[in-house]
Amino acid sequence: MKLMWFHLMPYTELPEDFNKKHPSVWVDIHSSLFDPKRAHHMYNDFMDELEYAAELGYDAVCVNEHHSNGYGLMPSPNLIASSLARRTTDTALCVMGNSLALYNPPTRVAEEFAMIDCISGGRLIAGFPVGSPMDTCYAYGQNPSLLRERYLEAHDLVKKAWTEKDTFAFNGRYNQQRYVNIWPRPIQNDPHPPIWIPGGGSIETWRWCAEMDYVYCYLSYYGYKAGLTTMQGFWNEMEKLGKDRNPYRAGFLQFVGVAESRQQALDLYTEPAEYFYGRCLHVDARFATPPGYVTEATQRSGIQGMMQKAANVASPATKAALKATNMKDIVDGGYVLIGTPDEVVEQIRHVGTSLNVGHLMLLLQYGNMSKDMTKYNTRLFAEKVMPKVKDLFGEWEDKWWPKPMAKGQRAAVPAFRPQLAAAE
Amino acid sequence: MSDPKTTTVDVNGFPCRVWTKGQGPKLGFLAGLGGLPRWLPFLDRLAEKRTVIVPSLPGYPGATGHTELDTHLDWVLAVRQLIDKAGLAGADLVGASVGGAFAAEMAAIFPGHVRRLALISPFGLFDDDAPAADPWAQRKDAVPGLMCADGEKWNALMAPPEGANSIEWPIEMTRAAEAAARAFWPLGNTGLEKRLGLIAASTLILWGERDAVLPPSYARKFAAGINGKSRVEVIAGAGHLAYLDQPDAVAGAVLGHFG
Repeated sequence: MKLMWFHLMPYTELPEDFNKKHPSVWVDIHSSLFDPKRAHHMYNDFMDELEYAAELGYDAVCVNEHHSNGYGLMPSPNLIASSLARRTTDTALCVMGNSLALYNPPTRVAEEFAMIDCISGGRLIAGFPVGSPMDTCYAYGQNPSLLRERYLEAHDLVKKAWTEKDTFAFNGRYNQQRYVNIWPRPIQNDPHPPIWIPGGGSIETWRWCAEMDYVYCYLSYYGYKAGLTTMQGFWNEMEKLGKDRNPYRAGFLQFVGVAESRQQALDLYTEPAEYFYGRCLHVDARFATPPGYVTEATQRSGIQGMMQKAANVASPATKAALKATNMKDIVDGGYVLIGTPDEVVEQIRHVGTSLNVGHLMLLLQYGNMSKDMTKYNTRLFAEKVMPKVKDLFGEWEDKWWPKPMAKGQRAAVPAFRPQLAAAE
Repeated sequence: MSDPKTTTVDVNGFPCRVWTKGQGPKLGFLAGLGGLPRWLPFLDRLAEKRTVIVPSLPGYPGATGHTELDTHLDWVLAVRQLIDKAGLAGADLVGASVGGAFAAEMAAIFPGHVRRLALISPFGLFDDDAPAADPWAQRKDAVPGLMCADGEKWNALMAPPEGANSIEWPIEMTRAAEAAARAFWPLGNTGLEKRLGLIAASTLILWGERDAVLPPSYARKFAAGINGKSRVEVIAGAGHLAYLDQPDAVAGAVLGHFG
């Protein structure tokens, strides 16, 4: 099993009365809440944390893209990834990802990802999300009715820009470019860097991932219990399409808080978890469903699903737990796994096997968790949990992992020595 | 209230419903946000004096094909086909809200196609000094009050009729919102301001005095931009979809203008 260390980069100083005084953490969050000098420290802490995780042997460090968002300070994850490319050596760099329809022309993504791949010696995982409604339709003004088609076309363009050897003209419905010929080109050119698709639970996305042989990632903040139905749906669909159950076809996001005792874990992680599920997910409902963002097929299955659930009176417990903001419900709902290393080992193995997910993306920093606490959580997990879960899925080959240059061929990055530079 | 006659015309290979009712000279109506999931008292009032012809724009209830329309030119040409195929070329034309923007385009770009024009709170402009509300970023419970002075009028428009398919009905309502968004996202500004000067038809501009989507000040911008004779009339007790709030007053004003 691959254990990947994911950072959302949340602004850590939203006021306690945030939810009362402000309608939304996203789209129209007020600028007065943002202190750039505090953000200077946050960014530097966050990047330290990512580098620390790489040092401790996590298989990958992961970054993602959000706009006008109080819990995601990375409008450009590529900036962070390029810095990580220099400050890490063997860790995969998972950019999860670039929302393709937001780039004009989309070849910008092909170029920047190729740069990261070159700088890092071929360690890039290229994530291509459609992007949330808040990011794409509201913060970036994209038309919800055109978004998916633009996304799919941009994907075709980026992939062709990576793989086509000669300069070509791209005559798309939304993008027209006479001369497409990106420089640089990715190191991973057989045929291109691994492509991973974070998505909701739509059958169209599952089918597309299967057809293109991409990794499907379900990046929910609500943990493995809520994610079970989606992942079961994914695997059922794979079976229908004649695909094997290789767990590396899938990625899943899970919050974790590990400590010496369960009580200590509760003591440590309650505040950051409640900060995240309370303040960071305080999104105004008016930004949730721009018309056209959800395809009609998905609407149809959603409405049918709701009716079936209502008919079965499925699980009132899950329903109540959804959107929980207090630690007891957060833990009971499985949003955050907490406990001693051994308890977490057991839970991670359960998550891996029940969801059949080979790429586990861990959120070990969340909400207003301090750097010290993040490092503690990260180290304890690396030392006491990781060794006892790594063996999972050893019988499967991960065909979707980066293939970097051989270690001996890669550039030696000199250590950063600012004191010396100052003395010179 | 007898039912209108329903026919279907083809636009870009997709069906669009056309309702017809009444007698006398033809009068076309292009509906506003939400389209026409059902026939309205407003249309009955018009049908007392005129042959009322009501084509559904692509993607609105009774019609599909919005997914083929990528640019404003695509939309304008689709509406032109719809007008032609519904037999409305050269007739009087009423357009409201999103349909109002297209009615104005018809009069501007194809002046021979529109005899007289009536616009009810048309889309198409955006005023930085009086920003329009965002109809596509609203909490569900805020929508009725945004669309109508009396939110119940909107709820009645949207309510599934007896026997409606409980899965397809809400999808159809969302599709209408998507079609509007596809043509007018994000600000409702289609650059119509540049073409208002081409409108030579005599134009009545109606505005609900309590329009919560487009401030009534937009009426003056339309009147100032239109080249032909134009007159503004504010409808008391009406919101954005004034024909739902005050069907009699709006129909009366329209019929008065068309003569």
